[in-house]
Amino acid sequence: MILFALSAFLVAVSGVPGLFLHTGGGKASAWLLGLGALAGLAAAGLVLCGNAPPSVALHSTPLGTMGLLRLDPIGAFFLVPVLLLSTCDAVFALGYWGDQHESARRLRLLFGITTAFMVLLVAASHALTFLLAWEGMAVTAFFLVIAEDRDPETRRAGWIYLVSTHSGTLCLFAAFGLAATGNFLFLPWTPGLAGTTRGTAAFLLFLVGFGLKAGIFPLHFWLPPAHAAAPSHVSSLMSGILIKMGILGLVRLLCLVPDPPLWWGALLVALGALSGLLGVAFALAQHDLKRLLAYHSIENIGIILLGLGLGTLGKSTGHPVIQLLGFAGALLHVLNHSLFKGLLFLGAGSVVMATGSRDIERAGGLARAIPFTAGAFLAGSWAICGLPPLNGFVSEWLIYLAAFHGLAFAHSAWPVLALGALAMIGALAAACFAKVFGVVFLGQPRTPQAAGAVESPRSMLVPMGVLAACCAALGVAPVAVAPALARAAGAAAGLPGPASLGSLAHFGILTAIALPMLAAAALAWAWSRKGSVPRAALPTWDCGYAAASPRIQYTASSFADGLVSAMRYVLLPQVRWLRVRGLFPSPRSYRSHVPDPVLDRVAEPSLGFAARGLAALHFFQSGQLPLYLLYILITLVALLVWMVA
Amino acid sequence: MTDSTLVRSLHYLLHILTALLLPPLLPGLINKVKAVAAGRQGPPVLQLYYDLAKLARKRAVFSSTTTWVFLAGPVAVVAAGLVASLLVPFGHSPSPVNFEGDMILFAYLFGLARFATVVSALDTGSSFEGMGAAREVTFSVLTEPALFLGFAALAKASGSLSLSGMLASPGFAITRATGPFILVLAGWMIVFLTENSRIPVDDPNTHLELTMIHEVMVLDHSGRPLALVLYGASLKLLVLGALIVGPLLPRTSDPWLDWAGFYAAMGLLAVAVGLVESATARFRMNRVPQFLVAGLLATAFAFFLLQA
Repeated sequence: MILFALSAFLVAVSGVPGLFLHTGGGKASAWLLGLGALAGLAAAGLVLCGNAPPSVALHSTPLGTMGLLRLDPIGAFFLVPVLLLSTCDAVFALGYWGDQHESARRLRLLFGITTAFMVLLVAASHALTFLLAWEGMAVTAFFLVIAEDRDPETRRAGWIYLVSTHSGTLCLFAAFGLAATGNFLFLPWTPGLAGTTRGTAAFLLFLVGFGLKAGIFPLHFWLPPAHAAAPSHVSSLMSGILIKMGILGLVRLLCLVPDPPLWWGALLVALGALSGLLGVAFALAQHDLKRLLAYHSIENIGIILLGLGLGTLGKSTGHPVIQLLGFAGALLHVLNHSLFKGLLFLGAGSVVMATGSRDIERAGGLARAIPFTAGAFLAGSWAICGLPPLNGFVSEWLIYLAAFHGLAFAHSAWPVLALGALAMIGALAAACFAKVFGVVFLGQPRTPQAAGAVESPRSMLVPMGVLAACCAALGVAPVAVAPALARAAGAAAGLPGPASLGSLAHFGILTAIALPMLAAAALAWAWSRKGSVPRAALPTWDCGYAAASPRIQYTASSFADGLVSAMRYVLLPQVRWLRVRGLFPSPRSYRSHVPDPVLDRVAEPSLGFAARGLAALHFFQSGQLPLYLLYILITLVALLVWMVA
Repeated sequence: MTDSTLVRSLHYLLHILTALLLPPLLPGLINKVKAVAAGRQGPPVLQLYYDLAKLARKRAVFSSTTTWVFLAGPVAVVAAGLVASLLVPFGHSPSPVNFEGDMILFAYLFGLARFATVVSALDTGSSFEGMGAAREVTFSVLTEPALFLGFAALAKASGSLSLSGMLASPGFAITRATGPFILVLAGWMIVFLTENSRIPVDDPNTHLELTMIHEVMVLDHSGRPLALVLYGASLKLLVLGALIVGPLLPRTSDPWLDWAGFYAAMGLLAVAVGLVESATARFRMNRVPQFLVAGLLATAFAFFLLQA
């Protein structure tokens, strides 16, 4: 526990030296974060390898002898991505958000504090510590989002985030109140409680509270604007780990309920399929690189929910195999997603810095100008599409396995829904990332800014390289994390005894398959490289059209058009298009935009309506001090009367 | 014991040799059938072998727009195809590598090949190749679930979660699973035609870039990379074909006879594809999704029949 406390402390103060140092504050903060991460990873490693019992801190007799903080296998498993990714982000920030930014010092300080709150959150074992850490994380993250608060768009995004996160916390307060049995420790629910009205209400409130943070569709609406507006290393932190804290909450809830009703798992699977499919569908229609990645976070939360839902279904119906595979897949996907989405957001930051724009239609041909960023982004795209032999495949494989085992259920509608949804999500994600990578990095530069792009400094490339290497290592040799995963998944599934994940999923074979594949690829590469003409100034074959210009390249909109127009009844794109007419047509324009269905069509209009109604209360807020003193006096008198009476 | 190990390794050796050497024969057969059906003499059956030998000696030309990604496409297609060929059983001899959940890896290996081809096409910066790439990924959104729902139906029927168990021939006894089984194979036939860019989805012989799907994506490849592309495509024909013909084959008492049966069945499949291509025209591009939805519905319906 001393390691854990040291880690939390070092992370929390990482931004403090930077407040006083003239230069080098970024380096100091990265070093402190890195040291804290080492200590925390050691603590997590001890718990996950089984050499240490769950360590307990902050004993307090009135609050419960279990302690307020308890680093168990689930918490330790979530701690790993929290520390790994935040360190990478802090190093990335050295080059990306240096001292020339006026908000650099403030941002470093808050970055450390946000991370420290997350470190505490994963170990919270009491409603008090959980909610404190949760609120601390949410509020400090708000200040991270509005780093560029001179931009009205950023302020709007921050505002939406703040409103939604507080609505979520409100639900959590109510839910903890309903679920508490005597005290507020995280103790198993009494059997039978889950089936009662109180249990149902608590579950639904937890789902809304955690779902708002995780970005489950339709509670995802704060996510795309906030991720787009925040600095890229902050987006990386938020998408990679902050939204996973919602998943952590759900896992904590599910592992405490011994007898979840069947509909819990079914609801989770249905929400997972909805989030997954709509997340990737809306991602396809985006032109803003970071908004697109944000929608992919919603998709991946959907995949995680599919795993959790299948695991819960297994628990309700008494199938330990499905239970274990579902939870293991979900947990591993949490780790994997934090690695590859963190990497992709850092890559996006590098692209934004090189070209000065988040619009993918204005990029192009960047693989020549910024080859390392391109390589890292390709690795991230590859992993997020779940393609072997990178890590995304391993977790999706586990969830698929859970679904296939689930076919043996009497009611196998939910597993088969999960199967179909996963397959379609996989194909759509591959389409989307082929679009992003192809349009941003391949072909010819579409604008002078893209043509003049310069590779990012080494401090930005190294974190990307580390994350890409982690993706590859976990994909080729998943057996390395299998024992830790089995322990965490066994705890999350609530299975007694050591979990036998290895006998259910043959991780070793994935390695045995990946190595010959890499060998075959290396052979084919060497063979086809030989005897090729050195790159001469030969243009691409454009069917005899000699005056090819970068502007006639296929754009992201045209690439996605087939799928977007096929899904137009869901996406409801707004297209403004002036048709080309006549023999000598004048210049015409085409403009398409896909608004967010919840934020732009439901939440903002209805909230605007509510705000107008509440404006009536301004009557009481006159801004005159005597009046406010009068309010206080009236309240005091009322309280006095109530207490005496 | 050593005897059976020896026999098994001989089977595996034959499996690997088949995957390495047989594929280029299939397009040759298809083209020959098409030529005969049209009353032409047509190219020799071994034409693709000659083409590959010729391309291996030619020098490749790269457009100045391309990067290393351009070469990675064909390389990934061949590597993924070869690994996938290890997972699928050829006829009744079990595949060299089989484990629980190998069908998921199988499907995703083709996903990998598709992603690599598409990215490699976009690397040229040509809008024609972009068009082909967009069509390829669009259609895959419908074929991928069809493939998986077919796996789900077969897993439900056979109780096995490995390709070798799932595709084991049910024999000719009529059971509850026979109807769904036919539906799965019908759905997969559509997947097979789409994934291999055959008529009625795509025409491998078309000469108009605007209407192509697969062919246009590899327009800029030449020399050895093109040889890899052609070989990879024929490998896909063999591997996905094995998925369909495997379960249809009656099991004989002699494993070597089973191999002969498998080769005959692959030949028949090639003839069938040739006949389909001679008899039908390709669909208009906007009609293709309807055809694919039919495949998806067939496999989904197969699953629901088993469920009932």
